[in-house]
Amino acid sequence: MSHLLDRLNFLRSDTVEKFSDGHGQMTRENRDWEDTYRNRWRHDKVVRSTHGVNCTGSCSWKIYVKSGIVTWETQHTDYPRTRPDLPNHEPRGCARGASYSWYLYSANRVKNPLIRGKLMKVWRKMRETKSPIEAWTAIQADPILRQGYVETRGKGGFVRATWEEATEIVAAANSYTAKTYGPDRIFGFSPIPAMSMISYAAGSRYLSLMGGVCMSFYDWYCDLPPASPMTWGEQTDVPESADWYNSGYLLLWGSNVPQTRTPDAHFYTEARYKGTKSAVVCPDYSEAAKFGDVWLPAKQGTDAALAMAFGHVILREFHLDRQAEYFEDYCRKYSDFPMLVKLEEKDGRYVPGRFLRADDLDGKLGEDNNPEWKTVALDETSGDLVAPNGSVGYRWGEEGEWNLEERAKGADTQLKMSLILEEDHDDVVGVDFPYFGGQAHEHFATGADHPDILTRNIPARKVTTAEGETLVTTVFDLFCANYGLDRGLGGDWVTSDYADEMPGTPAWASRITGVPADKIIHVAREFAQNAEDTQGKSMVILGAGINHWYHMDMNYRGIINMLVMCGCVGQSGGGWAHYVGQEKLRPQTGWLPVAFALDWHRPPRHMNSTSAWYAHTDQWRYETLEAKEILSPTAPEGDWDINLIDYNIRAERMGWLPSAPQLKTNPLEVAKAAKAAGKAIPEYVTEQLKSGELQMACEDPDDPANWPRNLFVWRSNLLGSSGKGHEYFLKHLLGTKHGVMGKDLGEEGGQLPKEAKWHEEAPRGKLDLLVTIDFRMSTTCVYSDIVLPTASWYEKDDMNTSDMHPFIHPLQAAVDPAYESKSDWEIFKAIAKKVQEVAPEILGEETDIVALPILHDTPAEIAQDQVKDWKKGECDLIPGKTAPNFIAVERDYTKIYDRFTALGPLMDKLGNGGKGISWNTQSEVDNLGDLNGRQLDGSAEGRPKMESALDACEAVLMLAPETNGEVAVKAWHALEKATGREHAHLAEGEHHNKIRFRDIAAQPRKIISSPTWSGIESEKVSYNAGYTNVHELIPWRTLTGRQQLYQDHLWMRAFGEGLMSYRPPVDLKTINKDVLDEGDSLFLNFITPHQKWGIHSTYTDNLLMLTLNRGGPVVWISEVDAQKVGIVDNDWIELYNVNGALTARAVVSQRIKEGSTFMYHAQEKIVNTPGSEKTGNRGGIHNSVTRATLKPTHMIGGYAHQAYGFNYYGTVGSNRDEYVVVRKMKNVDWLDNEATPTEAAE
Amino acid sequence: MFANFSIDFFIFGIMPYIALTVLIVGSIARYERDPFTWKSSSSQLLRRKQLILGSILFHVGIITVFFGHLLGLFTPVWVLDALGIPYAVKQWMAVLIGGIAGAVALVGATILLHRRLTDSRIRMNSSFSDIGIMVLIWLQLLIGLGTITLTLRHMDGVEMVTFMNWSQSVILLNINAWLDVANVHWLYKVHIFLGLLITILFPFTRLVHMVSGFAAPFRYLFRSGYQIVRTRRAPAARSE
Repeated sequence: MSHLLDRLNFLRSDTVEKFSDGHGQMTRENRDWEDTYRNRWRHDKVVRSTHGVNCTGSCSWKIYVKSGIVTWETQHTDYPRTRPDLPNHEPRGCARGASYSWYLYSANRVKNPLIRGKLMKVWRKMRETKSPIEAWTAIQADPILRQGYVETRGKGGFVRATWEEATEIVAAANSYTAKTYGPDRIFGFSPIPAMSMISYAAGSRYLSLMGGVCMSFYDWYCDLPPASPMTWGEQTDVPESADWYNSGYLLLWGSNVPQTRTPDAHFYTEARYKGTKSAVVCPDYSEAAKFGDVWLPAKQGTDAALAMAFGHVILREFHLDRQAEYFEDYCRKYSDFPMLVKLEEKDGRYVPGRFLRADDLDGKLGEDNNPEWKTVALDETSGDLVAPNGSVGYRWGEEGEWNLEERAKGADTQLKMSLILEEDHDDVVGVDFPYFGGQAHEHFATGADHPDILTRNIPARKVTTAEGETLVTTVFDLFCANYGLDRGLGGDWVTSDYADEMPGTPAWASRITGVPADKIIHVAREFAQNAEDTQGKSMVILGAGINHWYHMDMNYRGIINMLVMCGCVGQSGGGWAHYVGQEKLRPQTGWLPVAFALDWHRPPRHMNSTSAWYAHTDQWRYETLEAKEILSPTAPEGDWDINLIDYNIRAERMGWLPSAPQLKTNPLEVAKAAKAAGKAIPEYVTEQLKSGELQMACEDPDDPANWPRNLFVWRSNLLGSSGKGHEYFLKHLLGTKHGVMGKDLGEEGGQLPKEAKWHEEAPRGKLDLLVTIDFRMSTTCVYSDIVLPTASWYEKDDMNTSDMHPFIHPLQAAVDPAYESKSDWEIFKAIAKKVQEVAPEILGEETDIVALPILHDTPAEIAQDQVKDWKKGECDLIPGKTAPNFIAVERDYTKIYDRFTALGPLMDKLGNGGKGISWNTQSEVDNLGDLNGRQLDGSAEGRPKMESALDACEAVLMLAPETNGEVAVKAWHALEKATGREHAHLAEGEHHNKIRFRDIAAQPRKIISSPTWSGIESEKVSYNAGYTNVHELIPWRTLTGRQQLYQDHLWMRAFGEGLMSYRPPVDLKTINKDVLDEGDSLFLNFITPHQKWGIHSTYTDNLLMLTLNRGGPVVWISEVDAQKVGIVDNDWIELYNVNGALTARAVVSQRIKEGSTFMYHAQEKIVNTPGSEKTGNRGGIHNSVTRATLKPTHMIGGYAHQAYGFNYYGTVGSNRDEYVVVRKMKNVDWLDNEATPTEAAE
Repeated sequence: MFANFSIDFFIFGIMPYIALTVLIVGSIARYERDPFTWKSSSSQLLRRKQLILGSILFHVGIITVFFGHLLGLFTPVWVLDALGIPYAVKQWMAVLIGGIAGAVALVGATILLHRRLTDSRIRMNSSFSDIGIMVLIWLQLLIGLGTITLTLRHMDGVEMVTFMNWSQSVILLNINAWLDVANVHWLYKVHIFLGLLITILFPFTRLVHMVSGFAAPFRYLFRSGYQIVRTRRAPAARSE
């Protein structure tokens, strides 16, 4: 009908009737306008999906489709209910997620395959006459042609290509690289698989079939807290957010829950309503601070001092002056407090040494299996030394004693925690403890005068060992001394007065952190008292704010110590809740074979990214931190004065850390040579390495033979977000325009590395090919050679899990991939198909040699109880023991696609498993074949199909104990063998529960308890880390089998981290006279927290999010600092140091602490970012002013829990210790000049 | 008659009908097709600065001028005669009221135009039509005020009657209406031409908001009940 005519009704009365004495009136006015609003919300279908990278929120969303277009999304509210008395999980979701659909049809969607114009030109020219392989070979052989496209990276000039052409270049480059340099020169980086596990698996499966390198992310993001593997032998396991509600006391520490854990924050609110008390520690007045009953604004980077003071109070009041029964009992059973530590004598002084082992004692306490890996304690009942059940020595080589029963050699025991009683110790000796608080750089100096060695009295006992008489003490006794507690033993540096300004006391911490001492005492008391009253229901929620520091271990261990002292770990409502970049790929053991092609080849190549990028982006050449600056004054004699890269090389050589590339010579060639010599691979490689004929690639990262040649980046924005030392990436890895302003060690005249070969001239442009797969034109895409358009999160089938809730739920294709995009699974399938086509020209069946580091959770993990370097002749080179293992892997480059799309035969042959246990999985393979169908022909004939992403989802669900009850029961039975205890009851009822993709499409499903994880799914308790350790007496996977608070590895002791202590931020010397401009005077600590308007489900180029903030990059500074240099709110400012420069608008706020500046991380430089006056380049990203710095203690390997695992242990990319110069910009130059005619012509 | 087709004939003889047709048909079409675009597109949310002063001056002035023209041009001459108002007096009133109101509107329009062109935020959010119509109105005001100088040269009011006759002839479909104004000063002609042009553009610009006033909820003031309930719609009406 006509809108106009319908309104022309002036002549008719509107009123139909009246009611309520004429106060009400019913009218007949036109209601057509309502249809507009109804149609606005009308849709054709709703599809369940979620947001697949970056965000661990893992919220299920309804995606609305109207006329084939995704129109909007809303939160799903159908999560399975929790139990009575516990709030439900929904609503989950946040504004960032709700704005995601904007991306699908936005202007910065990548719509077609794109290739750098210059590369495309030469490629097409070569292809006129040459095969793909020949064409790529010819381009690489000509330095001018190669340089031609390498130096234009990041400068525009993409042209459209077809999938055919783009995949052909990639396949040719990969094949050429494998043949010429070795398959381990093909790198791939993608983070956080849990959020879209099949998309991750697509790339990693392809790489693993090729022999390429899958790079880690958790450690590189610095979200991995190394303190977790150190203490628990566990990467990170945390409570689900619902468990916050069960807590009686919530301590939020460096985690901004409402802002960065938005979907979970309601549990925090609900807990507060319930009456849970909360204290918040953060330097700024954050959104979380508002939730707190008390806010402790500790100065950034000084959290360990605060933790130490908390511990000081708790130990004093709950362990010493009064022994809380629950705490005592808990610590005796579940911590290493009772374990005995040898006191090593050095020049008449004592320092804490190694744990006493059964091996040290005459008769080895009757232990002949791994006595050097069984720690020893004093048994109160018998008065004897015993090797209690559960230490790592019991885990391997025998069965049934690896448990936390209070037993040793079959007899009941009660371990003694302290030797404080007169009759228990033979002597009281002074033991040296390092003190680092005095060496703080200028911004962290406290003015207090303490020596760098504090000698404290310890009760010690004489023990006769194989080497003679030695003094031992318990970890608990060392622990109390370390916290500066006076126990009546006399001596210096201990006190019983909180007001004494002595390291460890609240008064001391107050001076460092700025938090009043009475508040520290108050919070510590409440925290512990609540834990005592509730049996451990005190919880600490901690995060990036304290984990991204160079000495993050100290912050974390300080907190973990508090939790263990109070018996909180493993108790529902208690424990540590580390939330940053953490992820829980719940069906992990089902996913691993699919993701790393373990069904075809084992082992895959894994690399810790921090060490790799540090080496390959040449950040090591600019290292300003010397080992001696962080070495302990109590370090034993040794060759410690080497560069950080040297430590890393030693670690790789000794098999501690992985390597990529591995050998300088192409492993395919080495294998051929071994065959020609008629020798077994390990034997041949050993021989050649010893003779020096073969070298490890890590020893010379700048040699062209050792460069990473091809790099895939997918599901990631490596260059726009996580790339610490961004400008070094640009300079050395990519070889394009960069903003590095510092000089390298050669130019500076600094100490050159001893192990790494130094080249006068650093290489630029190591990568031959950078391929980025993304749905949006990110910073990384802009710098790539090839950009492939991928399906967005509403356009593909995948699966999603998190540690924040116990459900598994899907991503689904609400619509087909828009434009020419394809899902990651289809993209890598297409590349695999192309490889199968083009590779046979040069590659066929090949033997590859994979160098495998000594892995945690394998029998090899107890490899090196002493540190010995074979290269220095300290021991023999034994692969897998004193060096990496060298394992022959048979690949077939003519069958890459066939293998990609079928589940391989190794599952039948070797079974499946994880974290040290394994089981036969034949029936699951058979079931999968029945479900997905089997390949009818080709080289994988008869194998279960994995053609589509959906097939892959089913494979994961079928194989994983978490989603297949039958497997769960099998897995628990497997663990029972090791522990000698019954565990299968945890999954027994779930025997016939099998979760399929269509199940999770219907509703998120709760997973099944599995031994892969340390918590359980139950109707009685929420998921909480360490639950099965405490309640099922399954040991932690550490040296002592207990929560290990004392670290006795030689390097830990050398760097003064045997016990936790306060270590101020390191001085990275990033502002020097060469770089500092005259007149610039404001130096601030550069902090990069998570933001409100990006990351977690969406990125910072999203127009809706940009509209909510300031439309581009911003940096927050305090009012006081702003005033000092005349900056007012919204001014353009520039931040710089030797690493580079960045530009942003200033947000001047009272919220920020003086002396620090916040730049929320991952703000893209592709949006509203002017040029830097300092570098002349466009802006810079937050990582333009950072540089990664390695910490030697993170490299330790072959030592039980301190052994390598992918994303489990290894160097981490810390970035909080940086200082920057902040100044107002004089000229805002947008660098929007037109291209020169020559540029335009190209 | 069409033999001596001239530009004057087109502008004053034909264009008025084109303008009225476009105005009516165009407005109805826009309302039918896209009723939600019938709005003033206020930029007040983007920036208040300059808007309040400029907008009030402009609107007070322009509304006075608009109704002044309507009243002045379309009141039949015999009504003036019957009321005994001398033409000179009427002209004086027109010059006085129109001059003051026009000046006020011009000041307002100048402020608004300045704001629209120089405030980067407003500029970015302005369409071609937003700027174009503002410029036209500003010019029209300037020219309108300019004609006062001409009018003051002959205060007998005869010329004013010429314009009244012309406009009323147009309404009465008198084909020779154009002859009335063929000989007036060119500045008047330009003023009329711009007026017709603005009328043509009316349905395609934000000017439509002039009519929004009719949709104002006047009825609310006279409602008899406090709780208003609407009738259930017929099922047929829903399926659209």
